[in-house]
Amino acid sequence: MLMKFIPVFKGADIFPHDLRLPFMKFKGPALGLSIVAMLVSIALCATFGLNYGVDFKGGSLIELKTKSGNADISALRARLNALGLGNVQIQQFGSPDDVLVRLEEQPGGETAQQAALKKVTESTSADYTERRVEVVGPAVSSELRMTGFIAVAAGILAIVAYVWFRFEWQFAVGAVVALTHDVLLTAGIFALFQFEFDLSTVAALLTILGYSVNDTVVVSDRIRENLRKFKKMELNELLNLSINETLSRTILTGMTALAVLLALYIFGGQVIRNFNLAMLLGVVIGTYSSIFIAAPLLGYLGVKRDWSDMAAKSVAAAKTKAKA
Amino acid sequence: MLQFTRWKIIAILLTCLAGFLVAMPNFFSKETVQSWPSFMPKKQLPLGLDLQGGAHLLLEMDQDEIKKDWINNLRDEARKVLREAKIGVTGIGTQGLTQLVIKLAKPDEREAAVKALYKVRQPIGGALLGTGGYDVDVASGSDAGTIIVKESEAGIRQRISNAAAASIETVNRRVNNLGTSESTIVRQGTDRILIQFPGLKDTKELKKLIGETAKLTFHEVHPSMTAEEAKSTTIPAGYKIYPSDKSEGGGDYLLREQPVVQGADLADAQPGFDSRTGEPVINFRFNQAGARRFATFTKDHVGRPFAIVLDDKVLSAPVVREPILGGSGQISGNFTVESTNTLAVQLRSGSLPAKLTIVEERTVGPSLGADSIADGKRAGIIGGIAVVCLTILAYGTFGIFACCGLVVHLMLTLALMTLIGSTLTLPGIAGLVLGVAMAVDANVLIYERIREELRTGKTPVSAIDAGFQRAFVTIADSQLTTLACALIMFWLGAGPIRGFAVTLTIGIITSIFASVTVVRLLISYWLKAQPKGRISTVPV
Repeated sequence: MLMKFIPVFKGADIFPHDLRLPFMKFKGPALGLSIVAMLVSIALCATFGLNYGVDFKGGSLIELKTKSGNADISALRARLNALGLGNVQIQQFGSPDDVLVRLEEQPGGETAQQAALKKVTESTSADYTERRVEVVGPAVSSELRMTGFIAVAAGILAIVAYVWFRFEWQFAVGAVVALTHDVLLTAGIFALFQFEFDLSTVAALLTILGYSVNDTVVVSDRIRENLRKFKKMELNELLNLSINETLSRTILTGMTALAVLLALYIFGGQVIRNFNLAMLLGVVIGTYSSIFIAAPLLGYLGVKRDWSDMAAKSVAAAKTKAKA
Repeated sequence: MLQFTRWKIIAILLTCLAGFLVAMPNFFSKETVQSWPSFMPKKQLPLGLDLQGGAHLLLEMDQDEIKKDWINNLRDEARKVLREAKIGVTGIGTQGLTQLVIKLAKPDEREAAVKALYKVRQPIGGALLGTGGYDVDVASGSDAGTIIVKESEAGIRQRISNAAAASIETVNRRVNNLGTSESTIVRQGTDRILIQFPGLKDTKELKKLIGETAKLTFHEVHPSMTAEEAKSTTIPAGYKIYPSDKSEGGGDYLLREQPVVQGADLADAQPGFDSRTGEPVINFRFNQAGARRFATFTKDHVGRPFAIVLDDKVLSAPVVREPILGGSGQISGNFTVESTNTLAVQLRSGSLPAKLTIVEERTVGPSLGADSIADGKRAGIIGGIAVVCLTILAYGTFGIFACCGLVVHLMLTLALMTLIGSTLTLPGIAGLVLGVAMAVDANVLIYERIREELRTGKTPVSAIDAGFQRAFVTIADSQLTTLACALIMFWLGAGPIRGFAVTLTIGIITSIFASVTVVRLLISYWLKAQPKGRISTVPV
């Protein structure tokens, strides 16, 4: 049969399993560091502010490509500044013949945006073609900002509700702190480097939530299992054991996710680069938060030790699921 | 866990086969797919606007204009009703955009007037489906001899809803003239219209077509008074001053507000040229009712001017030389060949109830779309190879099985997307690739567990068995939380978020089947293929 032709070989089991890294020893400094990082992120967002993209700020974004040769950005800047459209941002985008033009939201409501776009088109149509145009008026941009904010908040709430339902409230607290941490830090980094923050960044934040909680749930699951297995073990030791036992999985999954995201970031094109950047940051931050925030918090909060009745239920549930 | 009943194996294989068949057309060009035998599925995932190029326009209706129209109509109707009831009125004023204040000549006629004004009310939702409410409330005012006619909330809502529906129809008719058939025009919220137009290269024409309400009316010009005179004295009742269409030196016109004939009475409008001057004009033809009214009017007004008004601006005011009985005519104005083309389309398609403003525009040129597809493909292939290498490196033979599971996962995701008719967008591709990474996680969880079980000294088969069983709870938990996130993205998401959420959701659903069930089946086959069904070590 076909199966005979499949080579039989073991994989590289590179993670030493007896290594018991003392994660819980660092829980104090790690939590302290995370709190500081969160506060710094909030401060960054408050002082630098997020560099909102067209989606959230309103205004226009126009991607232009030269009809021949490389783009002369300074000439283009002079030409567009002469139109009197306020602050016009021009930058090279990917290749040297590709330019991104950003207009700020024009005063005068919805029609003013279209009028500004028309001026730019007329001024550039001789030597540039429009590759992409995004115009978002004041009404829509404020709605999108609201929607984006609600989406992230609702995402966190839904996850927390699920974790609470499946585990104990302490786990839910751990999850909510870890998720808030992930979102805040990613936003903080975006504020610090003034990366553009738009709808796709919100999509990335939501995915990061999903990824981070995925990590947290895997560790929590192991903690619950160990709580049943080692009824007498000291809690901090048990938490440490659980983190260590799932460490190889955490790292391997993290590596595959990073590999895919790096491929997307490098080869996926300019248009989704921002999204991928947020995702890359988020995977790293999310992995960190599951190990150094969600689990250690349990050490502080304490957790129910008698899981015998739950255990019976859970095993039964798993069996019926497996049968199905 | 490693035992499969025969029907279960058949079901799994059939699912995989169906998935492959449905997903297959997406890997070939449209022409190749068309040449396949008829029993093969041919449906391909349509590409989103960001990948194939096209325009996305969100329009907002001017609600105030609709309210203004309504209140003006209501005023005319109230005046008519009271005249018929022979009730004297000293004045009918509008208050805001939703309220009429009527002052009666004789305060003691108020009761009769209120009763008469009940005639202007319309039941909400039509006469048959009415819920008992009316679109207008009539009540006595606080001052003696005044009556307040107020539009109800439900009435306003119904007006706006009707106007939105009418706008969509008109926009549809206008857009159809652009020659591309695949546009979708849908209502969003109460007063917005979303137009999606794949493959449209230039939005200029589209914007022009929907940019004007194109309300055409024919008015009687005041027989003796000019606009200037009216401005310096008083405007006669029933008349109104209209500006000229010409930007300079056109002057204003004093016209009867009630039009003789309206754009709705047009049967046809075509661009053309004036036979004498050669300038671009619109040739139009009225329907029967319109022709009759226009004939009567022109018969009575020979030698006097009438005005052709477009969107409340006077295009021209020619003098009637002889009665126009045939119901057709010519409109000249400040036209170019291009503008007559656009105007003819607009007139044929009917006028919009209110002006539409573009509140959001996203246009992607076809070249950028093609680049995005190429980028997405390249990134997908490289990312996929990276995942395959990592998995096989980490888990050996079982890693190969995991990769088989990934292929099934990808195929099923594509197949489901094709079946539910979603579109593939750039964020969608990212979701697809990310879904692969998440699907690997299921296998990582299982294999790490198997290794752990082996370390506790279990026999290979029972370790594999326990690995699948124990890991399943974790997989289900982690996938469900991600699913919660994806569903919220879909629920709240706009544009790019939604495309991403759809692929992620489908990816999660298929990953349990592909990465757990299919991989388990492969491993059980592999175990059976071993000599005597026994193994000394697990190649994981």
